[in-house]
Amino acid sequence: MSGVRVLVGTRKGAFILTSDGKREKWEVSAPNFGGWQFYHLKASPVDPNRIYASQSNDWFGQMMQRSNDGGRTWEAVGNKFLYDGIPGTHQWYDGTPHPWEFKRVWHLEPSLNDPDTVYAGVEDAALFKSADGGQTWSELSALRGHSTGSKWAPGAGGMCLHTILIDPRNHERLYVAISAAGTFRSDDGGATWKAITKGLFSKYLPDPTAEVGHCVHRIAMHPSRPKTLFMQKHWDVMRTDDSGESWQKISGNLPTDFGFAIDVHAHEAETVFVVPIKSDSEHYPIDGKLQVFRSKTGGNEWQPLTKGLPQKDCYVNVLREAMAVDALDTCGIYFGTTGGQVYASTDAGETWNAIVRDLPPVVSVEVQTI
Amino acid sequence: MVRVELPFHLRQLAGVDREVMVDVRGTVTARSVIDAIELRYPMLRGTIRDYATDQRRPFLRFFACEEDLSFAALDAPLPDAVARGAEPFMIVGAIAGG
Repeated sequence: MSGVRVLVGTRKGAFILTSDGKREKWEVSAPNFGGWQFYHLKASPVDPNRIYASQSNDWFGQMMQRSNDGGRTWEAVGNKFLYDGIPGTHQWYDGTPHPWEFKRVWHLEPSLNDPDTVYAGVEDAALFKSADGGQTWSELSALRGHSTGSKWAPGAGGMCLHTILIDPRNHERLYVAISAAGTFRSDDGGATWKAITKGLFSKYLPDPTAEVGHCVHRIAMHPSRPKTLFMQKHWDVMRTDDSGESWQKISGNLPTDFGFAIDVHAHEAETVFVVPIKSDSEHYPIDGKLQVFRSKTGGNEWQPLTKGLPQKDCYVNVLREAMAVDALDTCGIYFGTTGGQVYASTDAGETWNAIVRDLPPVVSVEVQTI
Repeated sequence: MVRVELPFHLRQLAGVDREVMVDVRGTVTARSVIDAIELRYPMLRGTIRDYATDQRRPFLRFFACEEDLSFAALDAPLPDAVARGAEPFMIVGAIAGG
C-alpha cells in the first residue's frame, strides 16, 4: 500500500485525486465527462483498477461507465434499469399512490470477491445487480416487493436507495437504506428482506416508531464488526450491535444530530465520524463553522475537530456519500462539500487540509488505498 | 443516408463531430432514425428515448426543415428532405438548468 486514489463525484463531472502514502501532494485529474452529474464512483476491492461510475443528467438520463485502468479510460456499459414485472405504486408526498419510475443510480457497491459483480441502488428505490461487469442489470425485486413497499415515500431528495453494505463474513447478508423508507436486511443474497427499524424514532411520522417511513441518510460498518452499524438518520445518530434488530440513539453531546455523512475509522471499530448540519431546514454547519465530530467510544461522547477547517462564514453541506476513509497505517479521513472542497485529514481528524478547493458541488467521495 | 445533428453531450459520448450519417432502412421516421443511431452508437441507447416508456426524453426536442417535430408520432414519416439527406434531423437539448 503506497498511495491513495480519491474518486470524487460532482454535479459537473468526475474527478480523480491521487497522492502517495504521505498524502501531502495531490494530483487532480481533468474533469471526466464534464457537465454530467456523478452520483457515485466506486472501485472493486478485488481489482482496484476496475471502477464503476454512475453518470446522469436530466436531459439524457442514466449512463453507466466502467474503467479497467484506474480511471484513465472509460467505456459505457449497460444503462437499462427496468423494474421486474409490473412496477406498481408507492406513496407520493401527498399520500396518494404513485407509479414507480426509474430516475437514476445513487450508489454502486462492487462485490467483495468478484470484480464483475456489482450492486446498484436506484431512485425510485430498488436494488439491481449485475454479474457481467455492468453490461446487464437485473432487479432484486423482493426488496421492492416487501410487504411495506407500497407505503414507501420519497424524502426531499427523492426516494433513493443510497446505502448498500455487504457483510464481509457472509456475502449473502446485505443491508440497504432508503430515504425515506428506512433500512432493510437480507440474509439470503437479496431473495428476502426484513425491515430493521426497531428503535428508530421519527417524530414527523404519524406513528414515530412505524416499521417504515424513517428518513435514513447513511449507514456505515467497520469490516471487522459487521453486526455493528452506525446510522446518520435525518435527525439522530444511531447504532446497532445486533445486525439491525434494535437501534440505540448515540447522539450524546452533538450540537445537532441532523446530518448526512457518517463513517468509521479504518482501524478502530468504535471511532466514528459525523458532520453535524444545523437542521433539516438549514443545510449548513452551525454558526458558519465547519466541524467534524469524532467519537472514540462508539457514540454518545463526541469531540469537535476543527483545525484546518473554516470556522467562519462557511455555509456548505456535506452530502451522504461524501465521506470516506483510507486504510493506511495512519487512517486518512476525507469529505467533500457542496462548495467544491475536498478536505483530508491524515491524523484521524486532528488536522485538516483542503486537497482541492474549487470543484463543482461534491456529491460523493470514495477512497482507494493502492 | 440520413444526416443527424446530436447535442454536445451525446457527441462527446459517441466520440463524433457535429453531424453523423446513419443508414436507415425503410420509411425514414424519428423511430427508425433513433434505431439507426443506437445501432451504430450503442453507448447512446437510452439517452434519447426512455427505456421504460420508449418515448422521447422530455428535455429533448426533434427539429427538421425548420419544423418542430417533437410532438409528431415517432412512426410518422420525416420530411422528404431529411430522408434524401438534404437536411439534417436535429436532436436538440432544451436550454434549461445550470
